[in-house]
Amino acid sequence: MKVEKEELLHIAKLANIKISEDEIDNYLLNLQDILNFANVVNKAPVEGLGETIGTNNNYNVFRKDEVVEFEDQESLLQNAPEKEQHMFKIPKVIN
Amino acid sequence: MDITELTVHELKEKLDKCEITSEEITKSYLKRIDEKESDINAFVTRLDEDAINKAKEIDSEKKANKKLGEYAGIPIGIKDNMCTKGIKTTCSSKMLENFISPYDGTVVNKLLNEENMINLGKLNMDEFAMGSSTENSYFKKTRNPWDIERVPGGSSGGSAAAVAANMVPWALGSDTGGSIRQPASLCGVVGLKPTYGLVSRYGLVAFASSLDQIGPITKDVRDSAILLSLIAGKDEKDTTSVDIPKKDYTLSLKNDVKGLKIGVPKEFFGDGINKEVKDVLYKAIEKYRELGAIVEETSLNIAEYALAAYYIIACAEASSNLGRFDGIRYGYRTKNYETLKDIFVNSRSEGFGAEVKRRIILGTYVLSSGYYDAYYKKAQQVRTLVKNEFAKNLKKYDILLTPTSPITAFKLGEKSENPLEMYLSDICTVSVNVAGLPRNFNSLRIR
Repeated sequence: MKVEKEELLHIAKLANIKISEDEIDNYLLNLQDILNFANVVNKAPVEGLGETIGTNNNYNVFRKDEVVEFEDQESLLQNAPEKEQHMFKIPKVIN
Repeated sequence: MDITELTVHELKEKLDKCEITSEEITKSYLKRIDEKESDINAFVTRLDEDAINKAKEIDSEKKANKKLGEYAGIPIGIKDNMCTKGIKTTCSSKMLENFISPYDGTVVNKLLNEENMINLGKLNMDEFAMGSSTENSYFKKTRNPWDIERVPGGSSGGSAAAVAANMVPWALGSDTGGSIRQPASLCGVVGLKPTYGLVSRYGLVAFASSLDQIGPITKDVRDSAILLSLIAGKDEKDTTSVDIPKKDYTLSLKNDVKGLKIGVPKEFFGDGINKEVKDVLYKAIEKYRELGAIVEETSLNIAEYALAAYYIIACAEASSNLGRFDGIRYGYRTKNYETLKDIFVNSRSEGFGAEVKRRIILGTYVLSSGYYDAYYKKAQQVRTLVKNEFAKNLKKYDILLTPTSPITAFKLGEKSENPLEMYLSDICTVSVNVAGLPRNFNSLRIR
């Protein structure tokens, strides 16, 4: 499968990553290389085999839905790039 | 006697007999770090002052007969993707350059707060654990202590190099596709990837959640068993951790392999494996035979499928896990924005390094509509195949013996221009991650 430039830019947009014009060729080359290799999975003898999602046999693991308060709010907010009055600050989203 | 050459069980013996104090041990390591760090570049964050203060505290608490952990006062180094309260946890990324964790991860809590070990610092790694040489760190390139022109392997290259250079007595690493075993192999120390679910991942910054495991990097096998016993166990905060009775893994150490059935998968000794590597393994096989083990050739024809499936699954999971880095609540925020969307896109584009972005894009690609069936779904089926093939072999054999890395330590810069070539160097390690199995790398240590 050949990866086109438009497709790469669409995927990058989905991932919220900007690829600059001078990076495009390199990304295309690497991605194509890796995908060609990854295509090996389509030659694997897997007919009739189910999919393995995790590696142990846990299915749904339930716990009680209890609120546990994390009291040290200061330490949570200290990592915020921008904050105001104990809240994370972002640019205005509604006009 | 140079304290920093001792194993942890030797250090502990001396501590127990009061021949040495924790302060002396800690100072010896700090001195050693001072001597070696400019060559090796193993540390992202050093904690010299904290370490000495804690060592003094532990020494005086010991004198006062206060109840402390069995390994209280023993120093350790921690890979910089495990959350440590009040101390930077960077994942060697610009994205988390200034991130200070508000809590300790479960394993960190067990070792530092319950066991009262001393944290000597946070160790360098490939950014977000993506890489096999530690060259993908945003901060510095760690070097192999045996030859500083060469890489220490990765992604836990800081941990392996620090142990090999006697800068820490032991260290924690994490392994998603070989990131403990391969650097341990390239640095000549012991690395163990535990069975998936044996060790809690709570507080380990996620790369690929169905593959990641924390494990020990040590100077010998006994230390590895000790550290595994300390970190293993069910954790409410990680639902994939498994509820099995607590074990002392040192009890399984016996100097006897008589009758042990060892399978040697012939596919792992093919053309792609360096002759030097093969020769060492053939020697080891001979030694095992001499000691009474039964060694047989077997077939495990999954290495290439497993590697392809690994990169599909790991990147897919990474693209989802790293979606949380958006420049809002923590982590790097771009200065260049007007809208909220600008913050997301520009923070991620400026904050992540090239390899991380490449894997996020690859992961997004294999999960996108039209390719999901051809790549991701197929990879999950390959996972079943890999599990089955291992299960077949492990019915016949107690252990399987393969190389860890197809090549010996390569030079800095030798592979960093070609991502696929770097990926291919993981061919011997990824299959057990895909299957969830444990795997040990034991060095033939030169002392």
